[in-house]
Amino acid sequence: MDAFNSHTGIVTPLDRANVDTDQIIPAEYLKRVERSGFGPFLFNDWRKLPNGKPNPDFVLNKAFYDTGTVLVTRKNFGSGSSREHAVWALMNHGFKAVISSSFAEIFHKNSFENGLVPVIVPDEQISIILERASKQPGYQIHVDLNNCELSDDHGLHIPFRIHEDDDTHAFRRNTLMNGLDSISLTLANENKITAYENRS
Amino acid sequence: MAGKTMFDKIWDSHIVDDPAGEPTLLYVDLHLIHEVTSPQAFEGLRLANRKVRRPDLTIATVDHNIPTTDRTLPIEDPISEQQINTLSDNVKEFGIKYYGVHSPEQGIVHVIGPQEGYTQPGKIIVCGDSHTATHGAFGALAIPLGTSQVEHVLATQCLLQEKPKTMEIKINGELPKGVSAKDVILGIIGKIGVDGGSGYAIEYTGEVIRSLPMEGRMTICNMSIEAGARVGMIAPDATTFNWLRGKNQVPQGDDFDLAIKEWEQLSSDSDAIYDTTIEINASELEPYVTWGTNPGQVLSIQDSIPDPAKMESAEEIDSAIRALEYMDLKPNTPITEISVDRVFIGSCTNSRITDLRAAAEIINGYKVNPNVNAIVVPGSTLIKWQAEKEGLDLVFKEAGFEWREAGCSMCLGMNPDTLDPHERCASTSNRNFEGRQGKDGRTHLVSPQMAAAAAIEGHFIDVREWEFKK
Repeated sequence: MDAFNSHTGIVTPLDRANVDTDQIIPAEYLKRVERSGFGPFLFNDWRKLPNGKPNPDFVLNKAFYDTGTVLVTRKNFGSGSSREHAVWALMNHGFKAVISSSFAEIFHKNSFENGLVPVIVPDEQISIILERASKQPGYQIHVDLNNCELSDDHGLHIPFRIHEDDDTHAFRRNTLMNGLDSISLTLANENKITAYENRS
Repeated sequence: MAGKTMFDKIWDSHIVDDPAGEPTLLYVDLHLIHEVTSPQAFEGLRLANRKVRRPDLTIATVDHNIPTTDRTLPIEDPISEQQINTLSDNVKEFGIKYYGVHSPEQGIVHVIGPQEGYTQPGKIIVCGDSHTATHGAFGALAIPLGTSQVEHVLATQCLLQEKPKTMEIKINGELPKGVSAKDVILGIIGKIGVDGGSGYAIEYTGEVIRSLPMEGRMTICNMSIEAGARVGMIAPDATTFNWLRGKNQVPQGDDFDLAIKEWEQLSSDSDAIYDTTIEINASELEPYVTWGTNPGQVLSIQDSIPDPAKMESAEEIDSAIRALEYMDLKPNTPITEISVDRVFIGSCTNSRITDLRAAAEIINGYKVNPNVNAIVVPGSTLIKWQAEKEGLDLVFKEAGFEWREAGCSMCLGMNPDTLDPHERCASTSNRNFEGRQGKDGRTHLVSPQMAAAAAIEGHFIDVREWEFKK
């Protein structure tokens, strides 16, 4: 997993709540056995018209927004299915961070495991970022995990968290910033696993 | 000191390591695998030259992709076939017990775990599938995983978890006639919302839960994730023990009675404190139908489609307008006037023998409406055989239903069972998301009884008023 410190990128606004993982990547595209190649199917059914051509009204098909690397959206993003393909599709497409007021739990964990930064800010701030991004195609935001702050060139400074719980926030911030892989962390404690197994 | 909840008891007894400020490392007793969320995990093991730590605690089956039609024929979709073959290659390479396409024990992963008796009280059970909480109906702590965590469990047999808060949902009283376990959970989701359970492990308690058979309890736990909760559980009792006794993988004979003694200790202590408690009176529950594109957009069969203009928050209004457009519904239309093109009885939510019996009881002596295509997809091959032994297949076929092989099928449409664009379906599954059952398909979630009645009438109808013919 790549380490993440900070990132500046174009914001793609998706002004919807409860976006479920079936929308992020529909089931028919989950059949690949690799972690790559899911990008073209990101938001497939919103992104394409029934004839398969790009839907010009969908944000990912609009100039500037199509090159966004920071997605901003409303609460409970990533609800529904546990498919990690949703995170892979976002990352394969080029997204580095998703800003929302809350994340569905399984998606939230999957993001940490892959290094997609789940940025949590209150609803009012989501509205501000959505508005700035919608009015100004190419609008950029700076996501800084060092001081956990979002900023832009127009004086915006918003503190953020990556988890509601303090311990989890600190732990996951550390693993993201150091690109730590959970399996290696756990296997460093293999003696404890063996001890547990021998106990019973 | 206050007593412990069942959640705490199981959590505490599985702690391998619990460093301050870090997630807890928990030991996993049972890891269930299927073809969709496992290939990248096995590939990860190979790349890192790792083994499966406990193949003896790992069970695999194939359910999401497989066709529900004649299985002696080759699979038409080459990518589905590759995913299925990848699983059968991986289980061979890593020495994992596998219930393949032609195994009599094959079925939906959350149906066969309990059916074979792998699912037992007090276990920590994981699966790369959001409906893993189903196993919580037996007093297990069942947790859904993404693929990276599947790989983590394969490699270490452990799971890193932040401890959730606990929520008790207590259903008091007695279920009214015609109101099923599915209606209980749809009612709960309608009440607390699609993220109301986020951050919590839910324990369902109360008289209604005690009165339900295991199948109904599984239906309720199964849809915990639709309320945002990864974990849903029910304390084991005599119903649980009687259901499990004699299953292939449970202790046999006197050992089973010894196991019961231990399992009886799992229930939450009477003075245990939950972080949140919600009480619901069963007499308020009705048969429900979802009208929108998430499971929280749900109404009683006696209601009419809501008017976004009368809603309060901007978010709710926006979401309702989108949902009504997608679902092609107009405000104030009575739910009973909505006609359906398709009916699907199946999925890990409602494909068990009691679900099939309940649906068959409704349709017995009737014919499926000529405008409706209706299918039944049993949850496992053994359930299919059981139903055939009871003659339920004949009831369905005589009424005009298609009687299929076991699998996830039209719940998510990874196999050929999908809705055509703009088709409307009464479905016993768990998600009414846009495109869930096929691109531009329209899903209404209901109980098996309500789905069966809709198949006959061609539109939704209140099963409380149903006239049984036989």
